[in-house]
Amino acid sequence: MDLRGRRIFGGKATGRALVSLEAVSFFGGVNPDTGIVEEEGHPLQGRSVSGRVLVFPQGKGSTVGSYTLYRMMKTGTAPIAILNRECETIVAVGAIIAEIPCMDRIDIDQIPDDAVLLVDADNERVEVVDRVDERS
Amino acid sequence: MKLTEEEEALLDGQEGRAAKKAMEILVALGEIYGARRLVEVKSVQIAGVSYDNLGDAGLSFLQEMAADGRARVHATLNPAGMDLVDWRELGISEAFAEKQKMVVETFARMGVVASCTCTPYFVGNEPGLGDTIAWSESSAVCYANSVLGARTNREGGPSALAAALTGKTAAYGFHLDEKRQPVVSVEVCAPLEEITDYGALGKVLGDKLGSRVPYIQGLRQATTDQLKSLCASIATYGGTAMFHAAGVSPERVKEPDERMAVGSKEIEQAKREMIDDDEVDFVAIGCPHCSLEELREIAGLLQGKQVSIETWIAVARQVKEAAEEEGVAAKIRESGARIAADTCFVVAPIRGRFRCMATNSAKAVFYGRAKNRFKSVFAPLEKLIEIATRP
Repeated sequence: MDLRGRRIFGGKATGRALVSLEAVSFFGGVNPDTGIVEEEGHPLQGRSVSGRVLVFPQGKGSTVGSYTLYRMMKTGTAPIAILNRECETIVAVGAIIAEIPCMDRIDIDQIPDDAVLLVDADNERVEVVDRVDERS
Repeated sequence: MKLTEEEEALLDGQEGRAAKKAMEILVALGEIYGARRLVEVKSVQIAGVSYDNLGDAGLSFLQEMAADGRARVHATLNPAGMDLVDWRELGISEAFAEKQKMVVETFARMGVVASCTCTPYFVGNEPGLGDTIAWSESSAVCYANSVLGARTNREGGPSALAAALTGKTAAYGFHLDEKRQPVVSVEVCAPLEEITDYGALGKVLGDKLGSRVPYIQGLRQATTDQLKSLCASIATYGGTAMFHAAGVSPERVKEPDERMAVGSKEIEQAKREMIDDDEVDFVAIGCPHCSLEELREIAGLLQGKQVSIETWIAVARQVKEAAEEEGVAAKIRESGARIAADTCFVVAPIRGRFRCMATNSAKAVFYGRAKNRFKSVFAPLEKLIEIATRP
């Protein structure tokens, strides 16, 4: 399956999706040293975003979150790509300064957790390779 | 979005990597928020200066940008995490001070004025009616839009820096006439006297309105310092970056049809919500930074008294220098209170250092609770001095 979206920051990445249907706050919500989501009660709490294609509707919280993404990239704990429904300032700026491929206007409901994704932000498309259908 | 040849060249990296990165940020934000073009800005105010918020990640990003990035317009800085001169007096560690100095030096290398204040309009960055600017620091953004009639969105640290390094910002949101129109008319039916009345009003409005732009009636008598307090509070508790105040705001707008009223009952209730039942061990004045007039008033109230608990009065360095010249600063220091220049209790690394903070700032209450884990006592200036000087 192919999904189309809009490029926020270019680049290509291939990896497994980590999907949250709730907004993500990087500052305070994700531990930059481990990549693990620590926000109390968040659907991704306890899971690591490192090396994953992180899929979520939009960012939230403090604008310092942009720097958190940059720090995660330097530490090696960052997601390899970011897909949003509607990107906002915090995530957009974070993706640009950390140079993480990032797209928005993606129909994220079509992406099952753990699916293998080929993200091509340069050409504004995402291929969902490995659909785990039994989840339905 | 349509870019000029000059803008394309920046985006292409022809003027260096920092300018390219900055242009990437502006273009991405412009696309997200539906801007058609970039516009030139007259000045920039950059937040994200305290090492307590930036950490090593922020510092290394800034250093990367400073390699070849230079400010193209007048750009000033938000408060740092400490007084850049008298940091030891505030109990700041050597390690923190070293990093904080690196942050400020990095900005200075980019040609940004190290003003380190949330009140740039007190220190020479004062835009006028209709000026296009790109500011961060929510209280200053609200003041610029509402009181000065300048035009700015609520920028974050990196997007404001991007504006400084290119002299541009994307034309969306509060840069457009239609987005600046008020949508609800608010009549304030309560006597407003103290700074705390305005802070509490801001909390009521912020809670009620979220990001809707109000047209407020009943503020004609407000002083600069009272408006400054209202701006800080309304932006902290709501999402709005501007209001129109009848008889105050210079911009001409149409009064909206939708009406509501705010009375004493709600304002008093907001005040009660900012008071915890605990023993004060920290008195914090100057959020936003004090004006010279406020320093004079504080000096008068402290005359002949000694503070018995830690008391900080936060100001811009330039305002502190003016107070030194008048002898006002010396009078304040005689009481044992500390004048904290370049910094404030919201961005200094003081989380957990105090138990309960007394302040006349509704904004400081919010961040004191959320960021520093302080209990709070919200009280007017005279009462704060009384608390600070209790035997």
